Amino acid sequence: MPGLIDTLPGARRVEAHRPWPRVVVGEEGWQFTARQLVDGQATLLGLWGEAGAVHMAILAAPTNEIAVVTCECPGGEFPSVSALHPPAMRLERAIASLYGLQPIGLPDTRPWLDHGCWDVTHPLGERGAGPSERMPYAFLLAEGDGLHQIPVGPVHAGIIEPGHFRFTANGETVVRLEQRLGYVHKGIESLMAGATLEKAAQLAGRTSGDSTVAYALAFAHAVEAALEVTVPPRAIYLRALMAELERLANHFGDIGAICNDASFSLMHAQCSILRERVLRAANSCFGHRLMMDRIVPGGVADGIFLHGSADIQMLLAEIRRIFPALIELYDNTASLQDRTVTTGIVQPSLVRQFGAGGYVGRASGRAFDARRAPGYAPYDQLTFDVPVFEGGDVNARVWVRIREVEQSLSLIDQIVDRLPDGPMRTGIDMAGAKGEGLGLVEAFRGDVLAWVRIDGGHIARCHLRDASWFQWPLLEAAIEGNIVADFPLCNKSFNCSYSGHDL
Amino acid sequence: MMRKILFEGLVRSPLTEAPPESADAALAELAKKVDRAAHRRLGRSLSIREVDAGSCNGCELEIHALNNAFYDLERFGFRFVASPRHADVLLVTGPVTKNMREALQRTHNATPDPKWVVAVGDCAVDGGLFAGSYAVAGGVSDVVPVDLHIRGCPPSPIQLLAGLLALLEPSATA
Repeated sequence: MPGLIDTLPGARRVEAHRPWPRVVVGEEGWQFTARQLVDGQATLLGLWGEAGAVHMAILAAPTNEIAVVTCECPGGEFPSVSALHPPAMRLERAIASLYGLQPIGLPDTRPWLDHGCWDVTHPLGERGAGPSERMPYAFLLAEGDGLHQIPVGPVHAGIIEPGHFRFTANGETVVRLEQRLGYVHKGIESLMAGATLEKAAQLAGRTSGDSTVAYALAFAHAVEAALEVTVPPRAIYLRALMAELERLANHFGDIGAICNDASFSLMHAQCSILRERVLRAANSCFGHRLMMDRIVPGGVADGIFLHGSADIQMLLAEIRRIFPALIELYDNTASLQDRTVTTGIVQPSLVRQFGAGGYVGRASGRAFDARRAPGYAPYDQLTFDVPVFEGGDVNARVWVRIREVEQSLSLIDQIVDRLPDGPMRTGIDMAGAKGEGLGLVEAFRGDVLAWVRIDGGHIARCHLRDASWFQWPLLEAAIEGNIVADFPLCNKSFNCSYSGHDL
Repeated sequence: MMRKILFEGLVRSPLTEAPPESADAALAELAKKVDRAAHRRLGRSLSIREVDAGSCNGCELEIHALNNAFYDLERFGFRFVASPRHADVLLVTGPVTKNMREALQRTHNATPDPKWVVAVGDCAVDGGLFAGSYAVAGGVSDVVPVDLHIRGCPPSPIQLLAGLLALLEPSATA
């Protein structure tokens, strides 16, 4: 990134970090980068730690170039980014929980992922024996006449993941929502450290089950970049085919579920049928309904897509037969529109500040899509639009999904038409392998970032950042001033991942 | 448009899958554990409370699919309910994370007896891929007593159905 990196004070470039550069800076350079985020010159893509250092991935605003900036902190401290740039807040609280590194100036020092239930403190840094002190979580205050609190979770009323929501309401109107997450923290990063390539790929694919294809792809991109592996063209196209099928399945599920939360069950029933048809086609072509473990570093798994694309073409025909009527139904049902239009508005300025991706960003005017920029194969050879809406409400987030379904159908047409023959996988020799790599992939809910360091033939370090990190905080903003009864609708229109966030 | 879609649903043949046979492994596991008195009490209509105790959400997707037109879980007498107070069955997924252990125990305590616990997915057996992590307590049976395991990563809706139908089996023959 000429502009930004060259101007960083005291930057030292790290060898063998691909495809984008990594530089080590001192505290001055670190704070300079944070100010670039504040000024909107760059967007925060990720912020993670390791023993003795913190890393920040950024996306430069005009050029969409990416860089990783590292601040070494031998004293166990680093200047807080969120002191200047609030979107980094939960990431820094997580770094403090996991690594014991202290962000100096961090405005909110409550632990984030550590609930005082582990047998260690700072499990990824200098481990302390025994659990951290278990204190009641001090929720933020809301004061005023007639306010009451509604605690919800971690066990919710539906078939969904666990998390705690603390509502403060004035009658029906939500005055403040605060989330507390971390309940499904499984310690994925610690399991990654020292793992074989095979086990690490499986773990990546189980970070958030609904995005298993995207995670496996992001992880594979990072490994392939680190070790300079060239993936065969057929595998590249099959990966994109799986990624688009995953997007279709999730968007159908979401569109139906959002309507269901407005008590419009007909859409839910119809969309569930379409989702099931996508999963069945995935199963017949790739041998797994969610396509878990089908993307592996170097290519795709053996023994998939043996029977050609007939099932895919039948699927596309069926969706094209059914879906237009459902769009019309959504668009012309006044009682449904009454619930979704102007509900849960996210301001475009917040979306830009947080760098929120996926339908949350694109429903509020932020056109970022990792398939387009920085872009990756085969999307550079395919034609597609990135639908963007301005309304920022539940309705806009539904329409982004509807238009993306149409784009995915067209993309699958193109992929099937051009699917090259040839090998499915490039072998990776891990003996003595060494390098660092970064991958950024567009999952159905937004961009997933994967960073790996490979050393001595195994995964030394791997960090995975879900799109939800920059979407969850915006849900708190979206619900403000709405009625409590519209929360399920807003929440479903975000459909953030708990597991992907909690790791 | 709505009327048209509803009408088409009436004239088209249903999408519903034929019920699968109860899973043999599930029947064998249940035969050892479940007492017949409980079966007689609960009968053939079971309310299920789903609890994600740490899963990657893959199992949740397939449990959701049980409600779609193809699997139509309710035709067998099963129903998902919002509160453990209303439940006969806890359907628990995930390796149990340490951060969720207490919530799972409390949910179990809030469910009236007689009750069954069904552990869903490979992680729910012994922690699966996540076993050994500082943040994982283990499989579901490490935290609450389990009556039935349904394996798979994630189990398909048909596998889930076959396992759940086994819960109804002994009461039918009792």
